[in-house]
Amino acid sequence: MSAITVRNVWVEYGDQIVLERINLEIASGSFVSIVGPSGCGKSTFLRLILGQERPTRGTILLDGASMPEEPGPDRGVVFQRYSVFPHLTVLGNVLVAFEFAASPVLARLTGAARRDAIAKSEALIEAVALSAHRDKYPSELSGGMQQRLAIAQALARQPRVLLLDEPFGALDPGTRTQMHALIRPLWREHGMTVLMVTHDIKEAFGLGTRLIAFDRPRVDPQAPGRYGATVTYDFDLTRDTPVPVLRFAKPVGDHHNNNNQSQGASA
Amino acid sequence: MRRVMNIAPGRAGRLLLGLVPFVLLALVYVVSSAERRAINPDDKLLPPVSEMAEAARRVALEPDRRTEEYVLWADTAASLRRLGLGLGIATLVGLVLGVAIGILPFVRAALAPLVAVICMVPPMAILPVLFIVFGLGELSKVVLILIGISPFLVRDLAFAVDKLPVEQIVKAQSLGASTWQVAIRVVLPQVMPRLIEAVRLSLGPAFLFLISAEAIAADSGLGYRIFLVRRYLAMDTILPYVAWITLLAYAMDFALARLARATFPWAYVTERR
Repeated sequence: MSAITVRNVWVEYGDQIVLERINLEIASGSFVSIVGPSGCGKSTFLRLILGQERPTRGTILLDGASMPEEPGPDRGVVFQRYSVFPHLTVLGNVLVAFEFAASPVLARLTGAARRDAIAKSEALIEAVALSAHRDKYPSELSGGMQQRLAIAQALARQPRVLLLDEPFGALDPGTRTQMHALIRPLWREHGMTVLMVTHDIKEAFGLGTRLIAFDRPRVDPQAPGRYGATVTYDFDLTRDTPVPVLRFAKPVGDHHNNNNQSQGASA
Repeated sequence: MRRVMNIAPGRAGRLLLGLVPFVLLALVYVVSSAERRAINPDDKLLPPVSEMAEAARRVALEPDRRTEEYVLWADTAASLRRLGLGLGIATLVGLVLGVAIGILPFVRAALAPLVAVICMVPPMAILPVLFIVFGLGELSKVVLILIGISPFLVRDLAFAVDKLPVEQIVKAQSLGASTWQVAIRVVLPQVMPRLIEAVRLSLGPAFLFLISAEAIAADSGLGYRIFLVRRYLAMDTILPYVAWITLLAYAMDFALARLARATFPWAYVTERR
């Protein structure tokens, strides 16, 4: 269980501003869908939470403490591709998470500890319905099975936050529906905060308890990199109304419009 | 009519077509050899197969009169020891430095430019230096092979580590892996097939350096023997030696290819289909 606080976060690559004025309070245990056009910084935002990138300005807090500056076991992740290790079997892919935790030098377990870890791994593999394939290599699995394995692997260390970067983007519609049916109970059961980037609006509304849209509110045609994307819509999807309740992005701190404009001029 | 590039031979056809160039080469040799003999019975340039077989029997099965050694086997043992040591150490250096450069930005910053430059030093040009520094014994030959191929292996391995998707490295960290754990459980096993391939590619250069070093200063070894009997125009010994060296290199290449497929089946899954 964990809450994420994002305070006035900016991401700039040199002259190019990717994200600006991001202010979010994400409640513990929520399932946040993140949508937006390509190249508007959704994945960049996810990488910030993951610790793979650092904000140029601003702060990100996890349960009130500042977010570690590198990826760690409290934040699990499933990417669209390359999420599982091709040189390990289905069982090995999940088992390795326990081996990282318990064996710092060899990253291998033996005896009772190994049997125990295998039992835990098998339970996770069972939860994503891959038991019949436990000794196969990922290259022998379909795309949907690989993503299921990636989810099982990401759950092994019981992360407080699960980050999904277009996890079902490469799957066919039927498989995608199966994955939706799989992920929601897992989320409820593990009580994690889930952040999911997706291009599928239906998926975003169907799975999330909250939907955040990223976009560039202003575009300078002479300097496309001058203004970054920010949160343009923020829907609460938990209300029982036919239309989701629109909560215009309510900044956590102060508005930084003046600051922002002066920044734009200097960039 | 299909395009030529779409017409492929069957299994038997492939085997047959593969054999044809070998048979043709052998034929050309036998005919030319017979012709030269007909003109000059003392010709040494293209000895007939029978003489080569006799010479091969002599070096392989009869002990040398002076040293009481079976020359071919003694030479092979000496050469393979040098080659094995050189290749083995170079592989180890390539693996450790390559993975370190690939994973650790600080090691990369410090060593990558140096390796890139050393890669371009022609090893044969510094052979005299090696002879001066390490003497004419075994060490200088092993060091030549080491210097000749380890920079290539280091760079190739570093490239292989680079090519691993960053997602995997991040994923491992999100499972709590330390730098060391990522190195031994994620990176190392995945670059091993590439390491074996790189060693296979290095076999040619390794033999080149071995034969060169032996030709210049040695008292045993396959290269030493070839250059020794050259003085007597002993083509009947040289040619079987060349064939033997080729066979050794080919067998090593084949064994390494098999080893890679047996040890890392996941890396060759698409190949089997």
